[in-house]
Amino acid sequence: MLKFALSRLAAAIPTLLIVSVSVFCLIRLIPGDPASLMLGDLADAASLADLRARLGLDEPIHVQFGIWIGNALTGDLGRSITSQQEVLPLLLARLAVSAEIVLIAVVLAAIVAVPLGMVAAWRQGGMIDLALVGTATLLLSIPAFWMGLLLLLLFVLHLGWLPLIGYVPIRQDFTQGLLYVILPVATLFLHEVGVILRMSRASTLEILRLDYILHARAKGLSEPAILWRHAFRNAFGPTWTLLGIILGNLLGGVAVIETVFAIPGLGRLLIEAIFARDYPVIQGCLLLIATMYVLVNLVVDLLYPLFDPRVTAQ
Amino acid sequence: MKDISPGALCGAVLTGGLLAVALLGAVWTPFDPMALNFAARLAAPDAVHWLGTDEFGRDVLSRLFAGATTSVWISFVTVALAVSAGTLIGVISGYFRGWTDRVLMMLNDALLAFPGILLALGLLAIFGANQYGIVLALGLGYTPTVVRIVRGTVLSLREREFIEASRVMGNSDTYTMLRHILPNCIAPLTVLATSMFGWVLLAESALSFLGLGVPPPEPTWGNMLASGRPFISQAVWLAIFPGLCISFTLLGVNLLGDALRDRLDPRMRR
Repeated sequence: MLKFALSRLAAAIPTLLIVSVSVFCLIRLIPGDPASLMLGDLADAASLADLRARLGLDEPIHVQFGIWIGNALTGDLGRSITSQQEVLPLLLARLAVSAEIVLIAVVLAAIVAVPLGMVAAWRQGGMIDLALVGTATLLLSIPAFWMGLLLLLLFVLHLGWLPLIGYVPIRQDFTQGLLYVILPVATLFLHEVGVILRMSRASTLEILRLDYILHARAKGLSEPAILWRHAFRNAFGPTWTLLGIILGNLLGGVAVIETVFAIPGLGRLLIEAIFARDYPVIQGCLLLIATMYVLVNLVVDLLYPLFDPRVTAQ
Repeated sequence: MKDISPGALCGAVLTGGLLAVALLGAVWTPFDPMALNFAARLAAPDAVHWLGTDEFGRDVLSRLFAGATTSVWISFVTVALAVSAGTLIGVISGYFRGWTDRVLMMLNDALLAFPGILLALGLLAIFGANQYGIVLALGLGYTPTVVRIVRGTVLSLREREFIEASRVMGNSDTYTMLRHILPNCIAPLTVLATSMFGWVLLAESALSFLGLGVPPPEPTWGNMLASGRPFISQAVWLAIFPGLCISFTLLGVNLLGDALRDRLDPRMRR
């Protein structure tokens, strides 16, 4: 087990290193002086010279990278050009908002879609299967931003059940906070249910074809017992990995939903930074989201043996 | 061809319909999609404007036609870019193995470590938010996926006897790659390109919706949804029709992709 954990950790380190090199290079690819890009158009000569010295722009490129990664590791990602705030606290505050919505939606979607996918596989080719797969494919084909607009139209503008778009932190006011996140969570939930259901169905189908399931049936076990005690644990592995990928994807990909519902999350911050050419914030967002993606997948991998102890033996 | 599934047929019809509308939109639209008409501002669907008009009195149906042309064009060019660049790198990497392969794959895996469209967003920050930026950013963003798949195919191909035979016959590496390796990559590439067309169309509409794609007044389905958003309480059709177009297109491409995979990918064949 320890060897398995260490090998996974060791595999994540080069990925993180290359991700940081890519993010570092990104800003170097833009024509012009990185220091004036980082400070914006209104910077005076003195602060430009100061930043050039701090970034080591006179040094060779690998020394520049060393300085940059050293700063990043100690939490210094520079200051935002537009708001003059420190980038790291800004990112973390926005991340908390996005993570709340994404986590609730993905957990709910998994709770609903995994059993439904198994039922669809169990009834392969039947009406229930057809209805479930059809719904899942339909949900997959509806872009999240349109789904959000439709829900907004129905529940806010037409029925008037929910407050207009905006955001109140749940920690500040629980009821209000909950009201504002219902729609974004529902939008993400509906989209991810389709993805997870198809995955759960496909992996259950593969398991149900195996001999030991036939054996369980021959033993006279009830169908629910076969599904839950024998098929579930083996079929859940691929879905669990997919959940990690979805979680990581969404942390960067919620920008459209945050835009529809005017929620100040991490994705929205990145989009605004791209509009404003706020390079320190862009760099910080890319680095944080890609790092989170690698870490989430690492955690998913490390927890995988809980469902399938065989992976540690390999 | 007798065993075409209903899903495949549905996918083919929807995708064919999209291509037809995109072609038609390039040469003819019911009204000028850019013509302002403030007298007919936010008019509901009627006999003249079948799908209503937008906040500037422009005909929604005509803009949907023109938007299809733009979206299909962008998606085609992007997929072509990603597939050609990815195939070139994938074939070279898989065929020559060794340090070429190791270096290329290290770079490729690093790019794959960026989740979803994050890489494209990063590249858009460099190229600028317009239709050329979007083609370059999405094209480069999807290239690593193509490289992965082509390299995998080439790795298994190069161990086969007919490749060995081609080498023994004294054919050059370039000839072997073009004449024997490449044609055998076409099946997986077709499946991938079809799905990718859907991903790119979705990414393009999402980016246009965010304001990072094709800038107004040029219509795309994504930016039509974005510019109609403030008016949806008075003009619900502005929120409905562009979204329906995107969803039907994605549904068609997804169904067609599933059907092609079942038919062309031997591993999926039952």
